[in-house]
This record gives sequence, C-alpha cells and structure tokens, in this order.
Amino acid sequence: MSLTVLAIDDSRTIREMLRKALTEAGFVVHTAEDGVDGVERLASISADVVITDINMPRMDGFGVIETIRRGTESPAIPILVLTTESAADLKDRARRSGATGWIVKPFDDAKLIAAIRRIAAV
Amino acid sequence: MTKIDDIRDTFFQECDDLLEALNDGLGQLGDSADDAAFDDQTVNAVFRAVHSIKGGAAAFALDSLVKFSHHFESVLDLMRSGKVQPSIDLLKICQKAADHLTDLVASARSGNDQTGLYDQDLAAKLLAFGNPDSGEVAAPEQDFGFVPMIIPISLDFDTPTDTSTFIIKFTATYQLFANGNDPVHLFRELADLGEYSVTADTSELPDFDDLKWDDIHIKWEIRLTTARHLSDISDVFEFVDGLCALSILRLEDELATETPPQLPDIVQQKTALIAPAAQTPTDEDQKLQRGTTEKISASPKASVRVDLDLVDKLINIVGELVINQAVLTQCIDDAGLPESSQTRASLNEFKTLARDIQENMMAIRAQSVKPLFQRMARIAREASDIAGKSVRFETLGETTEVDRTVIERLVDPLTHIIRNSVDHGVEDPARRRDAGKTETGCITLSAAHRSGRVLIEVSDDGAGINRPKVLEIAVSKGLISADAVLSDSEIDQLLFLPGFSTAKVVTNLSGRGVGMDVVRSAIQKLGGRVNISSQPGKGTTIAFSLPLTLAVLDGMVVNVAGQTMVVPITAIIETLRPKAEDIHLIGAEGYVVSIRNKLIPIIDLGQVFGHRNQVGRLSDMVLLLVESDRKQPWALAVDGIYDQRQVVIKSLENNYGHVPGVAAATILGDGKIALIIDPEEATERYRPQGQMRQLQGLEEV
Amino acid sequence: MQSAAQISQADLRELVTFKVGEQDYCIDIMSVREIRGWTPATVLPYAPSYVLGVINLRGTIVPIVDLSARLNLGRSEPDSRHVVVITAINNQMVGLLVNSVSDIMSVNRSAVQPVPEAASEATGAHIEGVIAIDDRMLRVIDLQVVIPSIGEREIG
Repeated sequence: MSLTVLAIDDSRTIREMLRKALTEAGFVVHTAEDGVDGVERLASISADVVITDINMPRMDGFGVIETIRRGTESPAIPILVLTTESAADLKDRARRSGATGWIVKPFDDAKLIAAIRRIAAV
Repeated sequence: MTKIDDIRDTFFQECDDLLEALNDGLGQLGDSADDAAFDDQTVNAVFRAVHSIKGGAAAFALDSLVKFSHHFESVLDLMRSGKVQPSIDLLKICQKAADHLTDLVASARSGNDQTGLYDQDLAAKLLAFGNPDSGEVAAPEQDFGFVPMIIPISLDFDTPTDTSTFIIKFTATYQLFANGNDPVHLFRELADLGEYSVTADTSELPDFDDLKWDDIHIKWEIRLTTARHLSDISDVFEFVDGLCALSILRLEDELATETPPQLPDIVQQKTALIAPAAQTPTDEDQKLQRGTTEKISASPKASVRVDLDLVDKLINIVGELVINQAVLTQCIDDAGLPESSQTRASLNEFKTLARDIQENMMAIRAQSVKPLFQRMARIAREASDIAGKSVRFETLGETTEVDRTVIERLVDPLTHIIRNSVDHGVEDPARRRDAGKTETGCITLSAAHRSGRVLIEVSDDGAGINRPKVLEIAVSKGLISADAVLSDSEIDQLLFLPGFSTAKVVTNLSGRGVGMDVVRSAIQKLGGRVNISSQPGKGTTIAFSLPLTLAVLDGMVVNVAGQTMVVPITAIIETLRPKAEDIHLIGAEGYVVSIRNKLIPIIDLGQVFGHRNQVGRLSDMVLLLVESDRKQPWALAVDGIYDQRQVVIKSLENNYGHVPGVAAATILGDGKIALIIDPEEATERYRPQGQMRQLQGLEEV
Repeated sequence: MQSAAQISQADLRELVTFKVGEQDYCIDIMSVREIRGWTPATVLPYAPSYVLGVINLRGTIVPIVDLSARLNLGRSEPDSRHVVVITAINNQMVGLLVNSVSDIMSVNRSAVQPVPEAASEATGAHIEGVIAIDDRMLRVIDLQVVIPSIGEREIG
C-alpha cells in the first residue's frame, strides 16, 4: 500500500512541487490550498501524513494542526510543517500546536521523502 | 509527468496573481492610511503574497528575488504583528518595494541575472524599517543573512572521521505521541547515523491492573557508534525537544564520571515533563486562537486554468468555422436557392451559432484590464516622483475585459499618455494652489464597454491644453500656416502631429522623442481611434476606442486593380463616387477631390500596391475617405466595393513576413486569400511632406 | 561487401524528387508536408519576383516560391499541370512550385556528393549537394537558402 499524503499550501508552485516529488516517490498525493480546505479534505480522505504550510489565508498552519489534534477523526496523524521560517519561536509554537516535524523550504526532495517515510512508518 | 519547467511556469503565473494581490492590498492600505486602524486581513494578505513569492523563488534558487522578498517580508511581518506602525512613508517604501519585486520577477522570468537589478538602497530602507531601534539607515548589506536550509552547526570540535560512542537516554511524554511522533521513528533515524542498539528499561512498568494506557513508563537507552557530530544526533531529537527527557553523552565522558563533564558534550538534559496542554492559556495561545479564526472571505467564482495556446488554437478553429460558413453561403448563393428555402433558413441559424461560438471564445481570451491598470499606477507614481508633483492615481472599471493581445499592446501608448499627463497635464503644487486647486492632482484611468468596443480614458485635472502655445509651436515648426484659423478641437489634434512636443525642456519623462503621433498610430494599428478633449484650467481627457478583439475585424471588401482586398471599417469615414468635375490635378500626379469645400488628396491603392503604374480613371472609381494620423482625411481610390463583412484575421508574418501597407490577411468565402490593408502605412510614402501645409493654403473659399 | 540488410536506417535518406524545367531536383522527405496541384495565388505587393503569392492551405497562409525563378532557370507560367510541394522547416511553411514530382527514393547518405565547381554560381548557391544515379544527376535543394526568410520586406 502506498502512503497517502495530504499537502496543504496556499502556493500553487509549492503544491505542484510537492505533488511532483511525492508522486514520483510513489505516494498518493492530495492537495489543499488553505487550512480550511485542508481540514475539510482530511475528513474525506484517509491520509497517512499531513504536510502543511504555516502562512495561509482563512486558516493558518497552526490552526490546521490544532484543529486536527482536537478532532476525533485522526488526532494523532503525523503532521509535518513545511515553511520558509526557521525561527525558534515559530518552531516552538508549531510544536506546542502539535506538529510532528518541521521541514524548511526550499525542501530537498530526498530529505522530505525520508522524513515522511519515517514519521508515517507504523 | 510534471516537468520542473512546467512548475517554473506555474511559479511565474502564480507570481502574477501574487503581485496583483500585493498591489491590491497596498492600494487598500493606502486608501485607509488616514484612518488610524489598518485592516489586519489586508496586511496579512500583503504579507502572504510576498511570502509566497519568496517561498517559490527559493525553490528555483532565484537568489536576488529571495533576498529582496525576504527584506520586504520582514517589514510586512513587523507591520502585521503591530511592531511597526504603518505610516504614509512606510507605505510609500512598500509600494516601491512592490514595484521592485515586480521587476525582479520579470527579470527572473526572462531568465536574466537579477543581481544587477537588485536595488541595494531600497533593501537598506526596508532593513531600516525592519530595525526601528537601530535608529539609522543600515548600510547596504554585504552579504545576505537568510539561510534557506538549516545547516547543522557543529557544537563539538572533533574531527568527524573519528567514530565515538554515544549513550542516549530518552523518555517520551504523552505529548510526544499526541503530536504524531513515536520513539520508533527517532530510533530509525538514529540507526541511519551509525551502529546502534536500543534497550528498553521497563522497571517502572506497573502491574497490568494498575496500568493507565496513556501514562508513559518505558525509558529507552540507545547506544550509538557513529562518525557524526553530536549535533547531528541532537538534530534527530530537535522536534521532540520539550516533549521528552533526553540526555546524550559521549561514552568516554560517561566512563570518566569522576571528572567534571566537558560542557559542550552535554547538549540537552531535559527533565521537565510539562505537557503544553497542561499550561494555562498564555498570550501566545490567545494569539494562536486568533490566527486560526481569520475571517473566511467569500469564495471566488469557480474557474479553470487553461493553456493560452489551447485557447488560441480554439479561436483559430472557430475562425475556420466562420470561413467555412462563408464558403457555404457562397455555394448556396451560386446554387441560386430561393430566399425562402429550408437550406437558407438553416444556414442563417448556422451563422448565428457560429457567431455565438466566436463571441464566447473571445470572452475566454478576454482578460480584465486590472493588471494593466496596476502597471499604470506604478508609472504614475514613478513619473510624479521624478517630476516632483503630487498626484493621486485613480482607476475605474478595472474589471472590464478586453482581448489579452489588445491589453498587451496598450501598455506603451498608455504609459506615454500617463507620463504626459503627469508631466504636462498636472501643474506643480504651487501653481495648483494659485489656481485654487488642491495641491495633489488627480489622474483617472478608466475602462468601459461601449457599443461593442472598449473605451479607455485617461483624464487629469490639470491646466488643460494651452492652445495658444500649441498654435504657436505648430506655426513655428511649419506644421500649419500662420494665418490658419483652427477650431479648439482642431488645435488639440495638432498634438498628434509627428514630432510635436510642447515641453520647453526635454524632461526625463515624456520628451523621449516620442510624440503623441506614435500613440495614435499604435492605437490605430489596433483598429482603434484616439480622441482628445480639454478644458482650460479644468484638465484634459484622452480617450481610446478599441475593438474587443484582434481575431476578427469588420472590413470592407474592395476591388483594387482586380485584386480583392479588405479595408478595416474603423478606418473609413465615408465612401463616395466622385463626380469628374470634383477631381482636380495638382502638379504631375497629385489628384485631389473636393468634398464639401475641402480638398482631399487621393491615393490610388492599385498604384500603391504596384498593380498598375498609372493612377486609374478616378471618375470610374470609388473613394474611401480615411482618417489619418494627422487627423487629415485622405481618399483611397479603389475600383469597386464588393461587400462589407466580418473577416477572420490571419497572420502573414508566420510563414512570410511583414508586407508594407498590409496589416494581415484573411480568407474569403471562395477560399481565396485577401490582404487586409493598413491604410496608414499603405499611404505613408505617397503623402508628400508638408502636404498639410499645402492644404491649409488650398482651402477653398 | 555490405548487404542491403546491413545498411542501417540512419544511413538512408528518403528524398522526394521532382523536375524544375528539364532538371532533376530533390529535397528530404522529412521537410515535405504535402504535394498538391497548382491553384492561383494571391499576389503579394513588394514581393521578390520568385514569390508567386500566398495560398490558403486549410486556414494557413502559405507563400509559394517559383523554384524555376528562384534557381535562375527562368520564370514559370504556372498552370494546372504544375505541382506545389508544401515544405516546412523551422516552423515556416512554404510551397515550392515545380513542373512535376517524379519519385520518392532512398539513397545512402554517402551518395550525396559536394556541389561540382562547374555549377553556375546562382544554382550552386541553392543546392547542398548532388547525387548521380544511373545517367541522371539529382540536385539536393538547400531549403534554408531557397525559401524567403521571414522578416521585414523592403518596398521594391
């Protein structure tokens, strides 16, 4: 079974890059273009991993993580934060929101894929 | 499979959208600058636009773009968090930064090196705003602080080739699992670093009956022999920092427990097992709440993105359909079917359908003029900066849709007009004050659909055209005779004469040797007309009336010495059959026709296109009065008029090249090609220099 | 000796051969789109004398070159017996007016010899090589040179 990944990012460019990299790695990729869209998407698919951007309209990445963690559907799903920020306080905030890991953009395909494989492994 | 180049295209398309959002947002902020409160949402949207450009640019290693957007973003971030108070000055800088970002994107898109373009001063100004405490403008930075990838910084000083053994003690908290992490993941990552073994200390595991499922009782000890730095190991635990108890010791140090541990080797010693969930809500948490509940804006109208090539192809096919319909019509005409026949009725329906399809296809290719208007806003800003004038730029009807090709070709003429308005239209603040006007002038750019055409207007509230001055210049340049009596509107039209410039000093802005005549010919090439009107002391309005599309045009099908040709209807003022006595010969071959007491020069198209050497028998021909650049009508002589109809525009340039005097080609109902005449260009070399002056003298009484 | 089977596809060139006046010419089949009968063309103003005009090829405007005039063999008086070879190189489509199309033939690349010095300068400039077959000589047209280049036309 291939892993299913939900990638949430408001940038079409990043969404396409993720789709390309992850599809080539053999993952099933779903995308959403903002937090609200992402949380809705997650309810209708059974994803193994969520990758989310932080800065997004309507609902930001922290909102996504908290909504998922507080929800009943898949509260413990691994969530990778993918963002250009590497500031310690943001990282801390993501962690306290319940993020599983942190990848800095621009991402290295191999590293990202390894990280997903690792955190999604049962 | 998606190619990286496709994604690159996507990135630049997205940049267009983001830059539009950025300009929109800054515009809104500018409007509300007087109200103390800024709209948080707008600031957020502006921030995100720059942020996304940076994110994408980093992915394509567009360094200057990343660097600049990073500076820009930092300032916007401070604005967003309320750490920097937005001021008019700051907004001005932001607007400049947005303009610069646009340039950097454009340059990156064309594959150019952007470093030469990179504006150090502007970046420094942004930096200065970004560091409000620094008090002074930071010097242009030598190097760039933004590191897009985390580069692990070595904490110890061992050479990495030596292997050492580490003992890692690790106890997870409940929160670690709640965050979707698992010790197993961490162990796997450690396993990648070197030789490793793990043991679980289950001594604190209670009896099964006492076991609570969500309590953590297992402690782990990992023994890792690796050539890596200690920092590499601590990086593995980076994201569970605070969610576990962790200690990493190098084996030698543990053995030598009697001696004090060497400081750098103990990286992390976490014993506090406080789960964040147990914390009382802090300010940070409340802010976090706010972040999640940003108001949901109305969803945009559903749309799809379509490859432009595909649209163009479809438009071509629809063009074929229209041609095919013309062919069919001709066949039915030739067959002599009666008007009332069923075939004719069906054909008419077919015609209607073909036209419907065509119009809808055109609508697909249509784009709003908004990006064009934003570009012009920038031109106005820059021009008023240089001219030292205060100008407010307003737009109306920016959602008006026009064929994208028309939009592209409007950039240059509009730029010129707007620079002119700033330069020559709007007065400087002192003069405005004296005239009882506000010191800030206003230029309005508007677009609207008007009876199947697009009307684009640039108006200013400046001094209006100085008609005595215009007359004086026209006379001094020999464009008109000194005793010519011209109406106000005729004087205004003089501005369109080639080489006309009213500026005493050639300024940076308008005086580039390009006159309004170039604007007029550019607009006429688009099948449009230019109109100018002015009120002294109140301002000037320049209006373009343009066709909605460049794919079809309404043409008059004419006979030129046996060749079928098409003249765009927009160029024709009227058609007439001259009486022999109205035709006069001036000089050897200079024919003129007298119409309503005006003498109008005649040009035989058959001669222009080399189909005959001598001017044809004019009294047997038809004259098409066309308006020229000089607002002076000319009469084009043709051998006859066949028809008036919509024709599909076909390029001659693709397989052949530009033909002088020919705008394009079209395919007629019989499948033959007819050339579409560009009246302006066709007659250019047949019009003697100073003809207008001659005419002024020839005015009949 | 090399048998036919050993000649790889890459060594072969497929050529469309035709007559211009009394001479035999050919071009690579890869650059030929179609062959059609002559239909009157719409005259282009200010065109070089060897450009007969443009025709409508299913919605595309295609210029027609009178190959005989182009090769300085005299202007043709095109009629329905003439044939137009529609060629395409570098996204440019041009029709070549010839007297008749003779054949499609495969030749070994090595059979194409350099243009003999004896060729007149005007003709020599327009061919990239010659092939001697039986007692005939086939001139390989240099399409790049023969077709009018896209661009601004001077008023003649």
